[in-house]
Amino acid sequence: MRIYLNGEMQQTDATSISELIIGLAIEGRMIAVERNLEVVPKSLYEHTQLAEDDRIEIVHMIGGG
Amino acid sequence: MSKDIFKVGTHTFTSRLIVGSGKYCDFATTRDATDAAEAELITVAIRRVNITDPGKENLLDYIDPEKYTILPNTAGCFNAEDAVRTLRLGREAGGWNLVKLEVLGDTQTLYPNVVETIKAAEVLVAEDFQVMVYTNDDPIVATRLEEIGCVAVMPLGNPIGSGRGLANPFNIRVIKERANVPVVVDAGIGTASDAAKAMELGADAVLINTAIAEAKDECMMARAMRDAVRAGRQAHLAGRMPKRAFASASSPSEGYIWD
Repeated sequence: MRIYLNGEMQQTDATSISELIIGLAIEGRMIAVERNLEVVPKSLYEHTQLAEDDRIEIVHMIGGG
Repeated sequence: MSKDIFKVGTHTFTSRLIVGSGKYCDFATTRDATDAAEAELITVAIRRVNITDPGKENLLDYIDPEKYTILPNTAGCFNAEDAVRTLRLGREAGGWNLVKLEVLGDTQTLYPNVVETIKAAEVLVAEDFQVMVYTNDDPIVATRLEEIGCVAVMPLGNPIGSGRGLANPFNIRVIKERANVPVVVDAGIGTASDAAKAMELGADAVLINTAIAEAKDECMMARAMRDAVRAGRQAHLAGRMPKRAFASASSPSEGYIWD
């Protein structure tokens, strides 16, 4: 399936947000996920299915002022 | 003297020095300087995870969210929509409700776009964020942001990262005199005397990043800022003497040996 992950077009076998995060080996990290401009709460990662052309943003905290 | 508490929204702090976490050469220095500043509130930016190297070490491996209050910011946002999206993600990431809103106008000055800032503040306050808002040193805008429900107004001293000190101390004082929420001087502080001056004017706190991160000795500057903020605060509370046009002798004008 084709998705746009952090602005990059990608082919993925993941079917859910949860599978996507495990595939990136960032599960349990302090991150947040947005799917098509809507925040996906952590509690819904497993139940949130990916669809063709989804725009997924995964963010974390970095240094800034 | 009873403890001098800095209260912002539902949060209370004893430190009045808020620090940024940007521009440091490495995370260990960020941690050590933040420690040296004895800051309790530290602002962080929100950015995409690097998906080609997602396992890289992270700022929050060094800055413990149990020890510090993390203040997610919207640095780099140029419109209200991006700022709101960013802070919604920040709240989801760490549950942080106290946030720093800044919506910038252009890349040269990094001056706030107050129109977009106001729009974003309205949405965020309606969504129960506690918004500390970066703004121009404009008393009218500061009042408007307070009316919207922001928990602190944060006028700039000078452009972000410029280290030029306070451009308009008069406006900072006017903003403080009219405000019913804390006033934090955010941006422009270059050295310890700037921080002390802001506090003497009555600012409730200062937010400093570049002046510490770009010092030759970051930790020493962090301590200098810590002390300057304390000194400025105490001078403000103590109430300074009036300025006079001419001298006023410090020793008694009687009992001279030649009288």
